[in-house]
Amino acid sequence: MERLMENDALRGRLLVALTALIGVGVMFWAAATLEFFQIFQLTEFLILAILAISLAFIWGHGGILCFGQAAFFGLGGYAYALLALNDFDTGGALFLGVAIAGGFAALLGYFMFYGRLSDVYMGVVTLSVTLIFQKLMNSTAGSAYTVGKARLGGFNGIPSVPTLSSPAEPAMPLMPEQLYFVAFGALILVYLLLGLMTHSSFGRAAAAVRENETRAELIGYDVRRIKLVTFAIGGAVAGLAGALMASQRAFIDPNAFGLVLSAQALIWVIVGGLGTLVGPILGCIALQYLSLWLSEGQFRVMGAALDNNLVLGVILMTMVLAVPKGLAPTIRDGVLWLWRRARPSSDAPSAPAAAGERA
Amino acid sequence: MTTTPIIEARNLVMRFGGVVAVNDVSLSVADGELRCLIGPNGAGKSTFFKCLTGQLTPTSGEVLFDGKPITGLKSHEIARLRVGIKTQVPNLFNGLTARENVWLAARRNHVDRAAGKLAEAVMERFGVAALAKRVVGELAHGQRQLVELACVLAGEPRLILLDEPAAGMTDEEVERITTVIREINRTTALVVVEHDMQFIRQIARTVTVFHQGAVLVEDHVDAVLSNPMVRDVYLGKKAA
Ligand SMILES: Nc1ncnc2c1ncn2[C@@H]1O[C@H](COP(=O)(O)OP(=O)(O)OP(=O)(O)O)[C@@H](O)[C@H]1O
Ligand SMILES: [Mg+2]
Repeated sequence: MERLMENDALRGRLLVALTALIGVGVMFWAAATLEFFQIFQLTEFLILAILAISLAFIWGHGGILCFGQAAFFGLGGYAYALLALNDFDTGGALFLGVAIAGGFAALLGYFMFYGRLSDVYMGVVTLSVTLIFQKLMNSTAGSAYTVGKARLGGFNGIPSVPTLSSPAEPAMPLMPEQLYFVAFGALILVYLLLGLMTHSSFGRAAAAVRENETRAELIGYDVRRIKLVTFAIGGAVAGLAGALMASQRAFIDPNAFGLVLSAQALIWVIVGGLGTLVGPILGCIALQYLSLWLSEGQFRVMGAALDNNLVLGVILMTMVLAVPKGLAPTIRDGVLWLWRRARPSSDAPSAPAAAGERA
Repeated sequence: MTTTPIIEARNLVMRFGGVVAVNDVSLSVADGELRCLIGPNGAGKSTFFKCLTGQLTPTSGEVLFDGKPITGLKSHEIARLRVGIKTQVPNLFNGLTARENVWLAARRNHVDRAAGKLAEAVMERFGVAALAKRVVGELAHGQRQLVELACVLAGEPRLILLDEPAAGMTDEEVERITTVIREINRTTALVVVEHDMQFIRQIARTVTVFHQGAVLVEDHVDAVLSNPMVRDVYLGKKAA
């Protein structure tokens, strides 16, 4: 009995490892099955899924609602673009993009958490920060705004951003298929690290803070430090997504900081399931495919193509009302329910994967 | 006799705008003591606890824990000195299981495995071992109180502050915590705030009476309960 807790943690970690392994399988299967242009498309969705998981970690696991996750995405992207255009090794630029985004999140988090901002004000601050970045970047159209060799380009963005290259052959940009493996590999690795972290003692403490800050403090947890670390990790992961996207598109513009992207990230998490890490990944990719399909005008009512945003909005509303827990938790509960029905004699009612034991 | 008190407040004042919730309170509790704190609603008992645990920074005055000043320390720092508190409003990790609630407290001072052992033992003691896997948000009020007490105890505190631990509990549950409090008191100092006089009679020796933010009387339980002043401001109203 006394080892139950440990076993829970162990089971959680095994589940994360298993999920990552399935991810590896899907990665190779998709590479073998999909057409070239589909691979290209999927790569972009996978990168957005990294943004989704960054918010899933901050908000779903850490309980910190961030309305401006795109701020870190944009920072990572711009940092990568500017460094790579200034002849930085692309791997180094990627690394620095992650570090800068994480560092900025730490700084912002320091002021928010140590300033004891209430949740509402935190929402306002994160929202404002991403808007400020967007405005700032938009106003750098003039030729005076350069960083080294690179022009910031204002709302026109920065073209010709160098593509990632292998450290072995810095002069050779990676091919699209290779970039696909980089993006998918990065997503799996991030999932694995964050997933294992949620089952570590730091991760449990972060869950405690999410559930009740007062109680966490009264049993000796440094709530502000824990929130700061969670926020910084999430910022760094969002920065990774931004940097990968700048490389993937060979382009970045101020929309990387956009409110639209921040809002999308929130939606992916809600649809996928707040509190899980896999859910938002699936939510992101599913919704991206859905809006792609809608934008092709395939979905018609009485011969007329419907407005994408309208359809998407209706689907989201339906999702939130009909599947309030989100995709992943609902599917999991469904599977557990079937499992129990299939084995009616199974022993005592173990709480269906208590909130503390999420994959 | 000059043994250091486990907790001591010196001229503690807590002001909220015009309201003086704690008004120049000096109070000291010896190590190993079981002190009861009573007084009418709004007397400042909970506010006093919040000042002791760093949830509020007192307007003036000093708090010493084991002889060392702790005024101005943050809540988690005071908790790490091994001060445990059950607040008046329930404070639990509602989305987590009972076991994890208790484990998180035990984990502060122990590695995973030892924390697991400790959590099991403490839950056994409070009779909530059977609830280990249940999500705390779904438990009945009394059960949640017991889990919160287990959580406090799992931090292995040297001083425990309990703000109305018996409120809203069944007779059976009250009996259990009466027993457990006596038992805990063999090794640990406690300060207990309660309105339930029957419960107070069961556990109390020295009782401090708060009234309008200040200490009205401090005496042996029998003397306090028959004190006309106390009857006037507090007990009389309860009887009426
Ligand atoms: N945060 C606050 N802001 C303003 N006034 C407060 C605050 N907290 C407490 N008070 C006031 O301080 C006084 C003491 O309140 P406190 O909660 O400490 O009383 P109490 O003795 O615990 O009462 P009860 O027995 O009802 O729990 C009350 O008048 C209350 O309204
Ligand atoms: Mg009170």
